[in-house]
Amino acid sequence: MLESVIQNFFNALQWGSFYSLIALGYTLVYGVLTLINFAHGDIFMVGAYIAFFVSTFIIANMSGLPGWAVMTLTIPLTMILTACVGVTLERIAYRPLRRKGANRLYVVITALMCGLILENGNLALLGASRKSFPPLVDKVIYTVGSISMTNLKIAVIFSAIMVFILLQFIVTKTKIGMAMRAISYDKFAVPLMGIPIDTIIVFTFILGSSMAGLAGLLYSLSYPILDPYMGALIGWKAFIAAVVGGIGDIRGAFLGGFLLGFIEILVVAFFPSTFRDLIAFSILLIILIYKPTGLFGVAKTTKI
Amino acid sequence: MKKGLSFIVVCMMAALLLVPCAWGKSIKIGFNIPLTGDIPKVGEESKFAAEMLKADVNGAGGLEIGGEKYMLEFVYEDNESKAESAVSAALKLIERDQVIAVVGPNSSKQAVPGGQVCDDNRTPMISPWSTNPDTTKDRPWVFRAAFLDPFQGPVAADFAMKQFNAKKAGVLYALANDYSKGLAEIFKADFEKKNGAGSVVSFESYGDKDQDFSAQLTKIISAKPDFIFLPNNYNEVALIVKQAHDLGWKGPFMGADAWGNSELMTLCGDDCKGHYFSTHYAAAGATGATKEFIDRYQAKYGYEPADVAALTWDATRVVLQGLQGMGKVTGDLKKDRKSLKDAIADIAEFDGITGKMKFDEQGDPIKCAVVVKISDKGEFVFTESVCP
Repeated sequence: MLESVIQNFFNALQWGSFYSLIALGYTLVYGVLTLINFAHGDIFMVGAYIAFFVSTFIIANMSGLPGWAVMTLTIPLTMILTACVGVTLERIAYRPLRRKGANRLYVVITALMCGLILENGNLALLGASRKSFPPLVDKVIYTVGSISMTNLKIAVIFSAIMVFILLQFIVTKTKIGMAMRAISYDKFAVPLMGIPIDTIIVFTFILGSSMAGLAGLLYSLSYPILDPYMGALIGWKAFIAAVVGGIGDIRGAFLGGFLLGFIEILVVAFFPSTFRDLIAFSILLIILIYKPTGLFGVAKTTKI
Repeated sequence: MKKGLSFIVVCMMAALLLVPCAWGKSIKIGFNIPLTGDIPKVGEESKFAAEMLKADVNGAGGLEIGGEKYMLEFVYEDNESKAESAVSAALKLIERDQVIAVVGPNSSKQAVPGGQVCDDNRTPMISPWSTNPDTTKDRPWVFRAAFLDPFQGPVAADFAMKQFNAKKAGVLYALANDYSKGLAEIFKADFEKKNGAGSVVSFESYGDKDQDFSAQLTKIISAKPDFIFLPNNYNEVALIVKQAHDLGWKGPFMGADAWGNSELMTLCGDDCKGHYFSTHYAAAGATGATKEFIDRYQAKYGYEPADVAALTWDATRVVLQGLQGMGKVTGDLKKDRKSLKDAIADIAEFDGITGKMKFDEQGDPIKCAVVVKISDKGEFVFTESVCP
C-alpha cells in the first residue's frame, strides 16, 4: 500500500511537471497582457513536432552522434524554433488587434482560432497518421522494492523545477522582469517612461513559447506518439491549473500544475478510475469557490 | 512525402476512373471510414483495399448483374474516428450521394451509431471490423464481416489461461470506446466465470485522449495479476505497454483485434514484442487467396495489410455478391436497397480471405478467430486458431 502511494507520488510529480510547464506559459502572457492565450496548448503541440523534426534531422544528417549529444542540440533548437512560432502568432494575430485597441474578448477569440489553425494546419500538412518520437536517451529503470523510476522521469521533474526558478528569477530580479511587471501594472503609463512595450511583449512570448517547446520535447520523450490534437486537452487542463493557482502569478502556475497532477493521479489511486476527471475538477471548483482569484491570486493588484 | 504523393496519384487515378462511369451504367457504394482522427491507418487500409477491388472489377468491364455490366463507383467519407461524425457521414452517403449500400464504419465506437442511421434510413450497411454486438443487434439492415466480442473475449481468456497459466487478470480499457469497454466487460465476465469471482484483480479505465496511464498501471501492477488484458486501439497500446515497462512490469500482455495494425510496431517498437493478441487473420504464413491478397497489397502500397484491409475486401465482396444476387437493378433506389438487403441476408455461406463465414439471423458471421504472437522481428505470427 505504502509502496504504491510512493510510486503514485512520483507518477504525479512527472505528470504535474507537464501541466506546470504549460501553465507557466499561460500565466506569463496573462500577467503582462491580461490575455488568455488559448493557442498555448497548440504551441506546445507544435513544439513537440518541432522537436521530432529537429531530432530526426540531426540523427539523419550527423549519424554516429551519441544520444546525449543529439539531446543537447535538440533542446535549444526546439526552444528557439517554438519561440519563433509564438512570436509569429503575436506579430500577425495579437499585435494588430492591440494596435486597434480591440476589446479583450476579441483577442481571446482570436487566440482560440489560432489554436485551431495550428491543429488543422498540422493535419493538412503532415497527414493524420501518427509520428513516433525517436528514443534519444537510453531509458534506465531504477527499481527500489516495487517502486520504479526512469531517468527520464527524473529529468522531467528536474527541468520543471529549474524552469520555475529561472522564470521567477527573470521576473523578480532583472530589469526586463521589472518592465514586465510594470506593463501589467499600467499599460498606458509605461511607454511614457521610455520602456519599449512591444519588445517586452515579444520577450514574454519568447519565454512562454520556448517553455512550451521544452515541455513538448520532454512530453514526446515520455509519451512518444505525436498527433495533431495532442495539445488541446492538456492545454485546457493546464489553463485550469493556472487559474486555480492564480493566473498571472508564476508560483501559482507552478503549484497549480503540480496540484492538478497530484489530484488526477491520486483520485485514480483511491477511487475507480472512471471518477478521475469528475472528482479532480470538483476539487478545483471548490478551491475556486473559496478563493475565486486562485491560490496565489490577489484581486486587483500587480501580478506576475 | 512519398506516401502523400502516392495518395495524390491514387486520388487522381480514381478521378480518371470515374470519368468513363459518366457514360456507362454505374453503381455507387459508400465507405464510412476514419481517414483522420485517432486511427487514420485503419481508414487508409480500408480505402486501399477497396481501391484494389474496384480496379479489379472495373478492369474486367464492370460487375455483371442480371446480364448487364455495371461500373463500380466508390464514395469515401471521413468519419474522423468520432461517433457523431460517423452519423453525419452516413447521412451524407445515404442522402447526398445516394449510395446503394454503405461499407463501414470500422470501429464499434462509430459503427454502433452509424448502424442506427443506416437501419433507420433503410440502407444496407456492412461493417468490416466492428466486433461489438450492438452494431447489428435488432437491425435487419446491418451486417458485418468480423466475429463478435462475446466470441473474442472467451478466446482471449482461454488462451491466456493456457499460455500463461493465468489465474488472475488485470484489465485496462478505454471508457469512451464502445469496442474497448464492451470487450473488457465480456472478458471480465468470462474470466471470472472460469476462475471464480474476483479473479480479475484490477479493472481500470481511462478517458478520451489520455496519454498518461501511470496511475492506473500502478494500481494494476500492485494487484499482481498474471497478465494484463488490453482491448485497446493500437495507438494507445503503444503508450500503455511502454509505461507499464517503465513502472517495472515484466509480465505478459494479451491484446485483441484492434492491435492488428501495420502501424503498431512503428509506434511501439521493441516493447510490444513477444506479446499475443486475438485477431481475424495472420499475415505471416497465410496461404491461398489470403496470401495472394497480401502480396498484391504489399506490392501496390508498400506495406503488409492488417486485418482491417482484408475484412474491408471481404465486406465489399459480400456487397458485390449481394448485388449479383439481386437479379436486376431497377434504378429505383428504395426498391434496390431493399432487394440488396434481402440478397445479402440470403447468402448462405461466403468464402472470404479472412475465412469462411455463415451469417446468422442477426447478420453476424460465424467464423474462426486466430491468436497471433508478435515475433522478435515484429511480425504477427500465427499461434492457434479457435473456431466456434
